[in-house]
Amino acid sequence: MGNQILIGTGRRGVKLKKILDKLLPFILSIAVFIAVATIVSLLITLITTGGHRLSWNLILNYPSSNPEEAGMRSAILGSIFTVGLSALICIPLSIATAIFLVEYSRGGRLASILSYNISNLAGVPSVVFGVVGLGFLAYGLGMGRTVITGAFTLAVLTLPLVTVTCVEALKTVPDDLRQGAYALGATTVQVVRRVVLPRALPMMLTGGILGISRALGEAAPILVVSGLLFIREDPVSLFSKFTVMPLQLYNWISRPQPAFVELSSAGIIILLLILLALNALAISLRQLLVRRMEQLWR
Amino acid sequence: MVLSARAEELKKSIQRRRTLDRVFHTIFLLATSVSTVTLVIIYLTLGLESFNFFSQVSIIEFLTSTKWTVLFADKHFGILPLLNATMLTSLIAIAVAAPLGVMIALYLSEYASATTRSIVKPLVETLAGIPTVVYGYFALYFLTPSLLKPLFTGVQSHNALAVGLMIGVLIIPIVASISDDAMKVVPADLRLAAYAMGARKSDVALRVVLPAALSGVSASIILAFSRATGETMIAVIAGGFRSVLSFNVGDSMETMTAFIAQVATGDAPHGTIEYQSLFAVGLFLLLITAVLNYIGIKVVKRWAIRY
Amino acid sequence: MEIESYNKLQKSYAELGKREMIEEPGEEVVRVENLRVAYGEKIAIDEINISIKRRYITAIIGPSGCGKSTLLRSINRMNDLVPGARVSGKVYFNGVDIYSRDVDPVFIRSRIGMVFQRPNPFPFSIFDNVAFGLRVNGFKLSKDELYAKVKDALVKAALWDEVKDRLDKHAYSLSGGQQQRLCIARALAVDPEVLLLDEPTVSLDPISTARIESLLRSIKDEYTIIIVTHNMLQAARVSDYTAVMMPDEKMVGRIIEFGDTREIFTNPRDKRTEDYISGRIG
Repeated sequence: MGNQILIGTGRRGVKLKKILDKLLPFILSIAVFIAVATIVSLLITLITTGGHRLSWNLILNYPSSNPEEAGMRSAILGSIFTVGLSALICIPLSIATAIFLVEYSRGGRLASILSYNISNLAGVPSVVFGVVGLGFLAYGLGMGRTVITGAFTLAVLTLPLVTVTCVEALKTVPDDLRQGAYALGATTVQVVRRVVLPRALPMMLTGGILGISRALGEAAPILVVSGLLFIREDPVSLFSKFTVMPLQLYNWISRPQPAFVELSSAGIIILLLILLALNALAISLRQLLVRRMEQLWR
Repeated sequence: MVLSARAEELKKSIQRRRTLDRVFHTIFLLATSVSTVTLVIIYLTLGLESFNFFSQVSIIEFLTSTKWTVLFADKHFGILPLLNATMLTSLIAIAVAAPLGVMIALYLSEYASATTRSIVKPLVETLAGIPTVVYGYFALYFLTPSLLKPLFTGVQSHNALAVGLMIGVLIIPIVASISDDAMKVVPADLRLAAYAMGARKSDVALRVVLPAALSGVSASIILAFSRATGETMIAVIAGGFRSVLSFNVGDSMETMTAFIAQVATGDAPHGTIEYQSLFAVGLFLLLITAVLNYIGIKVVKRWAIRY
Repeated sequence: MEIESYNKLQKSYAELGKREMIEEPGEEVVRVENLRVAYGEKIAIDEINISIKRRYITAIIGPSGCGKSTLLRSINRMNDLVPGARVSGKVYFNGVDIYSRDVDPVFIRSRIGMVFQRPNPFPFSIFDNVAFGLRVNGFKLSKDELYAKVKDALVKAALWDEVKDRLDKHAYSLSGGQQQRLCIARALAVDPEVLLLDEPTVSLDPISTARIESLLRSIKDEYTIIIVTHNMLQAARVSDYTAVMMPDEKMVGRIIEFGDTREIFTNPRDKRTEDYISGRIG
């Protein structure tokens, strides 16, 4: 490269290059600007369209054909049921998987096949999870298009994501500590329980929360599994018919009347606030851990 | 004998702990196999119902017919309109995400200070965390009416361009973060060597770091494309349900994913050909993404320069 | 694993202090025969033969990368934890091959303790660090017995006077040298027969190093000690026997000389040993 500058170009070329050199960071940061501008204009659109429609009705009322009264109570409950249950399935599974991959199988052949399949699962489009949830769980196993089918579908959908963070969490535990415990005659279970998990658990839970917020925003797989965009009754059991927040929002978005568009904007604001709260929780949990570690090192 | 008693005690303790260890080993192994089992179930379920579908529809028709009218009385089963819509929107998405994502990655890895980085990186990653329903809303109520319609004539309210652009924004973080990772592992020596030869910072960024990270950058683009083909809600909300074979991106057109959503919310009883078509399209989509992901991983492995 | 081999393996497993009555000093406690350890394709050490005498200190010296730590780690089966590590040959502990199928590595590690290069106390209190081994090994101890064992181990590790008033303080509040002595105490609390030390003072200052060397001399009447070091003076100061390791042209570590420490340092038989000791290699 240096040669080219010396030989190939005359004074003008050098000058141009100098200008380009100065400009490049600004050119590159245009991309960052576009990304930020998208988020900002999205938020502005939401607030100007739906800000005035925010009310407790939106949370407490059932959906209705009258946009003045419509709310997403049943969808919020559906989301809580489905996503909550899916987290109860997904988080323990992810932790167990991560422990197997990192602590038990230490780079064995079986483990590398299994972890390869986890990354394959991560590449499956979310709508396909819905199709299989419908065909295998709802009809094949006869579980119906119910809360529990939705929960299992979301659980395996978020499994790779949460597993990866759990694996990362385990890898942050220094190997020194494991070795020290093994050298005293501890078994793997004891090493994990007494030395590894106390350190890795907060970060694992952070990963779990990220999985939950991903599941909360997922619409496509639930759309296929449940088939309902709104419902006028609360889910009461694992086998209730249900819908979730993003689908209720889709229903409002797809209605032509402006009042429903406003309603959907307000609903989206609520959904985003919930996701923001979850992320804040995840971050503060991580910071709690960092602070605790600092205390330990004092 | 004291000796034997102590030996007995330790032996029992070890046996007990060993058993516990084995039990947990089995439990954890079972948990780990859930992903693999799920993957098998996914392929079996899709394969089985697709088999039912293809026992009534010829594969030739599926792959070559230009009409997809499964939900009408006069049924045609040509995937091409759906495939075309999926590919068009995904290509538009990549045309947005590849340059922007790579630019962001270059900026983060070569120019941003640690503080800027710690602000910009999560901000960019937020783009992937916004629910896709929200992007669909934004495409339908902001992008199309406020930007596309004034700029281009003949843009319909539902159109492939808005879908592609919006998916593009959604997948920027995929390109940016994988490329950024690839650029970060380019050794500092290489940069120093270029500086020592009189290169400017922009030369280092564009002619040293970018080529050195090329395998990671290409992989990120392939994986982002794969993610784009599977995106559903944006296509459903902003693209509409008109299955037409058109190359006019201002037209409304139905992607494979949008068709799946359409059937699932409509009336397609279990066992009918409409129901089975869901699985055939699902399998087709899955195979496309699986091949893309496979190529993406291969590219990383094959081209990766080991430092 | 049969109870006889347990008895045999833990010949000295009586109460602390009564040990001298049961076992003979100077008898062979560990014997390594034709040991080879490979990581994947790469052979790290080969044709290792060595005999360790009870209640003496044996030093393993050699330039870095010659496989000293690998040898040490194969004596308590820590190499089992390294992915791709393959061990062939025999390692006898009290006459039982520890790599035979019916021997549990967990048992071996509770009888052969280990201290690492860098101090690695657990992120618990000082007391819990020392009690860790006793707890995981399932000893049925009353609170007082546990306290007595912890105290005993800390006394032996020459740490008791410094920490007796703050046993519940976090282990990371200790200095590096204190942390390393805590790790020694942690290993001694389980009452092992053999203590393996992998360059235990490499990250410590000279004063902390001297403390650890003197504590090793003070406990050698009760424990068999194998210490890996690349500090020759340390080997000369603390050990009774010395093994010299050297990588061959393929970078496979081998023992080139083994014998009485004084003999090795004053009258080496191997030219390479002489070069190494006089500072021409390493």
